[in-house]
Amino acid sequence: MTKTGFVGASKSVLVVGGGHNGLVCASYLARAGYRVDILEARSAMGGGAASSDFAEGYRVSGLAHILHSLSPQVRSDLQLDAAGLETGDSIDTIALDKAGQHITLGIDTLAGGDLSADDIEAYGRFKREFIGYAKALEPLMMNKPPRLKDMDRRDKLTLAKLGWQLRFGLGKDSMREFLRIGGINIYDVLNEVFDSPLLKGAIALDAVMGQHMGPRTPNTVLTYLHRLWGETHSRPSLPSGGMGSIAKALERAAANAGVSMRTAAKVQRILVVDGAAVGVELESGEQLHADIVISNADAKTTFLKLVDSSEFDAMFVHRVNSIRANGDVAKVHLALDGLPKIVGLSVEQLSQRLIIAPNMRYVEHAFNHSKYAEFSENPLLEITIPSIADSSLAPPGHHVMSISASFAPYALKLGWETQRDAFMQRVIAVIEQYAPGFGAQIIAREILTPVDIETQYHLSGGHWHHGEMAIDQLFMLRPVYGAAQYDTPIEGLYLCGAAAHPGGGLTGLPGRNAAQRVMRATEWRP
Amino acid sequence: MSKPPPNADLTPLPDYRQVLQPSPFHTRLVEHCPLQNWMSWNGYQTPRVCDVLASEYFAIRSTCSVMDLTPMEKYRIAGPDALKFLNRLVTRDVGDLKAGRVTYVVWCNDEGKVLDDGTLFHLRAGEYRLCAQHHQLDWLLLSSIGMDVSIQAETHQVAALSVQGPTSYALLTAAGVVGLDQLKPFGILHTRLRVFDLMISRTGFTGDLGYELWVEPAAALSLWDALFAPAQQGLFDVRVIGLSALEMARIEAGFIVPGDDFNTAETTVRADHDRSPFELGLDWLVNFDKPHFTGKRALLRERARPVMRRLVKLRVSGNKPPMDSFLYDAEHGRRIGTVKSQSWSPILKSNVCLADVGYSNGLVPSQIWAEIYYQKELEWRATWAECFMSEKPFWAHPRRLKTPPRNF
Repeated sequence: MTKTGFVGASKSVLVVGGGHNGLVCASYLARAGYRVDILEARSAMGGGAASSDFAEGYRVSGLAHILHSLSPQVRSDLQLDAAGLETGDSIDTIALDKAGQHITLGIDTLAGGDLSADDIEAYGRFKREFIGYAKALEPLMMNKPPRLKDMDRRDKLTLAKLGWQLRFGLGKDSMREFLRIGGINIYDVLNEVFDSPLLKGAIALDAVMGQHMGPRTPNTVLTYLHRLWGETHSRPSLPSGGMGSIAKALERAAANAGVSMRTAAKVQRILVVDGAAVGVELESGEQLHADIVISNADAKTTFLKLVDSSEFDAMFVHRVNSIRANGDVAKVHLALDGLPKIVGLSVEQLSQRLIIAPNMRYVEHAFNHSKYAEFSENPLLEITIPSIADSSLAPPGHHVMSISASFAPYALKLGWETQRDAFMQRVIAVIEQYAPGFGAQIIAREILTPVDIETQYHLSGGHWHHGEMAIDQLFMLRPVYGAAQYDTPIEGLYLCGAAAHPGGGLTGLPGRNAAQRVMRATEWRP
Repeated sequence: MSKPPPNADLTPLPDYRQVLQPSPFHTRLVEHCPLQNWMSWNGYQTPRVCDVLASEYFAIRSTCSVMDLTPMEKYRIAGPDALKFLNRLVTRDVGDLKAGRVTYVVWCNDEGKVLDDGTLFHLRAGEYRLCAQHHQLDWLLLSSIGMDVSIQAETHQVAALSVQGPTSYALLTAAGVVGLDQLKPFGILHTRLRVFDLMISRTGFTGDLGYELWVEPAAALSLWDALFAPAQQGLFDVRVIGLSALEMARIEAGFIVPGDDFNTAETTVRADHDRSPFELGLDWLVNFDKPHFTGKRALLRERARPVMRRLVKLRVSGNKPPMDSFLYDAEHGRRIGTVKSQSWSPILKSNVCLADVGYSNGLVPSQIWAEIYYQKELEWRATWAECFMSEKPFWAHPRRLKTPPRNF
């Protein structure tokens, strides 16, 4: 990729944080000839994608547990397959029903339960339509967000492509429909299209999980589309070895590209001299210098903790300080002495993605608690049992269950210290309703509340996506105006994490786009 | 990061029927205001004109004037990061502002447009008072994110009088103030008068010798009485003045008023209707060699471009007031700006004004004419008057800088 007049080869880069986006960004830059070092605070690379033991002999993916959106572009650019990427078996989603009338949701097929023919037909239409919308947004996903004022040539190109996709990719009727629903809530849309409460609850879960939103919250169509983007190119899957294997593949790809990586190297602050980043200082006091510093940390950590906030203008700091980034999902890990016996579910089906969101009212009520800083009495659950496909995760005959549970607000009224077990009990009690006797099967348990996620993964607010994926925090407003094109007010300091466009999820795109931005900014023509 | 809210004002609210709040000096003030010509200044009942405007003006220029300064917005800033906070807030370097000194500052938003101006008092080591034209608490709090600094609005907790004019030093000395002889311009003196603590700063808004006196509201009337005691013996001509007389004096002195002479950034909706320090002719207040301050990057970009407009001081020929006049570049026949504040200057025998003037491609217009509309016995007339740009203030008497001041 090195070309004449390109000075990348002489530039040194420090990437703060070895999560998946940091690895992707570093790999792109190293392949272009930059000298890249990644500094990771934890003992392993991979951030939220890493795997960990939560009890002796029981292993799960730390935060993310389903692969559903890795960009094929990143996958081929970085030759991830050669680095040992195995996406694992693709899975469907099964929405659980207490009476055993479960529904299986495929990409555009529905099965099971007592679904009407209308719903089955509508589902196919709905998914094709929505995947079309998600595809139409692709030009935005794959480029830096265009500035609306002082556009450069690339911004105009991005907008032109987006316009073309909307008008001619979707066609006139679809575009009109997209513009109608783009900003509204998923609740209204689903009521227009479907009858089955269980089906609607299942789709609503996808729109709100990971956000501080209920189905009736405006903007939840957009969050659903973001979630759906992965399905434009691949099926969700459970990687064998857990998500940690994806992290390992990214790490190998980075090593192959010549990136050097340090773990247990927590960056204390980013060194700024005369408004330009010149390096970092580690917790140990060691100082490292580089031409470019790229932060994979979230915006609040980067701009309020790593850099002295007085290096920025006041309103910029205020904007960063006001980012809504309080997590609403807890991760629950359970070690089981055998497979749970969910009424009406086969062993084969247990290996799929199981969700508990019986109807939209249930989802909205679960969210209501969060609004008042309480955890949900009846939480939404996304359950996987990765040990079915990968028996190495648990001792023989035993299993691990990995659950994302919402809503578990970061700023809990009563504080998480005293409430963590109470919430875990609620999660188990909800599963018990579907699998009688479930509680007795549990050998070991662990809960990661948003506060735990914040401290263990260095994520402000413990938010999966480094900030709500709301329309006022997306695209050219992500993370905030003034730092939305990966570069920041500090010269030589860039963002490459989920805090930046296009946001959270294991896409690798923020890392890729940031790398491209760095390359363009340091391009040199004699 | 979270900090306690600024001290709530614990003084009881005035009666709802009382639209304007009386200042701590009010009972004395009314004795000097037979015109009862009141206006609101930050919600306080403030005289526009007390008695006779001309007499009030000449008290500023020839003898001694007293004005109630209590309504001015005042903020107390302290804490370990106070200086860091202030240097990040304002455009000039206040790192070398010693305790007991005052300086003039402006502050900008991220786009380098001026939000407000004011005076910064370094009261005691690490403790500051910022006086502003408009309410600034929101911006100050917003600017303090991530800093260990306490910011308290203290407008109502400090009573202040402005004593301005050639005999102000003599009057204060006669009133019993000790130690004023060594107080330099922009210096602060902490002293006692009678039974109360008094802070005096050698500052003002008139371009002449003058002082500002700061006390607790409880001591307000004692201060007033001490000040007027020598006058009651017939020794001094001391006049209470309203805002109209001050307006004349401040235009002569070339001081700007945010909101009058330019639209403050916070209240600006339309593009390019706000103003940077450069556009206000305040280049000397911007220091790029100090630590980062809000607006620095935008101002660095602006400095690289040619000057597009400037707030200038114009002396206007003739005797017709150039109120709200359009200004023209006579050489090219183009309309280039408008008059913002204007006044007849009795002491200079001339019309003077502050005007917003466009510089095409950074070139200073060589011939400026004002189009003036005026009435003669209810009949409108129009005329043209040539304007002459003045780099220096119209009025800046050397006695304002002399230490010790002359004892007139």
